[in-house]
Amino acid sequence: MAELVYFSTKSGNTRRFVEKLGIPASRIPLNRDDPPLRADEPYILIVPTYGDGDPKTSVPPQVIRFLNDEHNRSLIRGVIAGGNSNFGAAFGLAGRVIAQKCQIPYLYRFELMGTQEDVRRVIAGVNEFWKRSA
Amino acid sequence: MDMPATSAARRLSRVDAINWNRLQDEKDLEVWNRLTGNFWLPEKIPLSNDIPSWNTLTEHEQQLTIRVFTGLTLLDTIQGTVGAPSLIDDAVTPHEEAVITNISFMESVHARSYSSIFSTLCATRDVDDAYRWSEENPFLQKKADLILERYRADDPLMRKVASTFLESFLFYSGFYLPMYWSSRAKLTNTADLIRLIIRDEAIHGYYIGYKFQQQLAKLPTERQEEIKIYAYELLHELYDNEVKYTEALYDDVGLTEDVKKFLHYNANKALMNLGFEALFPASVTDVSPAILAALSPGSDENHDFFSGSGSSYVIGKTVSTEDDDWAF
Repeated sequence: MAELVYFSTKSGNTRRFVEKLGIPASRIPLNRDDPPLRADEPYILIVPTYGDGDPKTSVPPQVIRFLNDEHNRSLIRGVIAGGNSNFGAAFGLAGRVIAQKCQIPYLYRFELMGTQEDVRRVIAGVNEFWKRSA
Repeated sequence: MDMPATSAARRLSRVDAINWNRLQDEKDLEVWNRLTGNFWLPEKIPLSNDIPSWNTLTEHEQQLTIRVFTGLTLLDTIQGTVGAPSLIDDAVTPHEEAVITNISFMESVHARSYSSIFSTLCATRDVDDAYRWSEENPFLQKKADLILERYRADDPLMRKVASTFLESFLFYSGFYLPMYWSSRAKLTNTADLIRLIIRDEAIHGYYIGYKFQQQLAKLPTERQEEIKIYAYELLHELYDNEVKYTEALYDDVGLTEDVKKFLHYNANKALMNLGFEALFPASVTDVSPAILAALSPGSDENHDFFSGSGSSYVIGKTVSTEDDDWAF
């Protein structure tokens, strides 16, 4: 099973970032009618930030549904969030909300689909993270 | 490079009553809600509180600031009256047309807000001088020409490329200065207003870039490659000119090198909005932390757990979600 779980809307920024990482990843489905994703081992969650600075709307509802499942929630180990610094204090807010809700570390924040530098740091960081937690 | 029109988009041929309860693209409603929720007017910002601060700037610093703002006014005017309206014709859903009317109007609000800053802080004669300067500055005029050329050509995809570069790249040589003043606790109300503009431009760039990607994906691979090359060429052309514009403005105050980093950083983001890879390596995008903090106040926590010691990492302050969606 995958080391990463991610969510991405139709604009696909987070999907592109995850693809560049080249690490096995499962996608939380976009549509409510799709069969829900169930995690079966510890994972790092990668999500985009929604809304406009309001913590209530910063986490995509599909991600909230995924985390409302107690089993899924018990396996999350860290969160990485996408965003845009143009949104000021709300930049990457979804990561902060999830880290606090699930009491896990906010590992990294990237913009849009991430630069090569972001990809390099996250690949190295994720590998190190799993080694340390093994 | 010579390019035939792409005519990738099947434009709307007639006008039907818009039905927001039947969407072809959910993104249209998402962005509409976002933009209308962000609506603001310059009258909401207490700009007059900046008068004492304005008076601490040297004459040269004041002149620079007014010039920078007239340059931004020109870009907002182009986007409000030519750029965004030209995108309405290329829209593929009625909801996209409606979103673009919002973008167009907000660009006019942005352009108007610089005049509010001027009337609050500056002497009329100095402002008139700066408008004259803006009409005569060759680099500012070239920047406008490069964009207007694409807006007037018959290629819907290159119009979106030009539009995204304007929204996500060309403004930033100007936005740098109010962020710089703000980092030194000067013109902080003006900076609040500029941050509202910066927030709007991010959504505009995201949305126009998204619509570009949707249309691009429908073209044959070779055509996609051509357009990608053409987009990078335009960025290079705009960048070369932008460097000269930056030098003309900022050499005297010694800020050119830091502004250039800010240009690289934002050029990368403009490309990413189009779904293309960033161009400038991390070694030339290391914008001064003070400017980044001015851009995103309050978001200066450590967000790189990987490069830190890890053990000292704090999970984060409690944020109130008070939301029924969360079941825990």
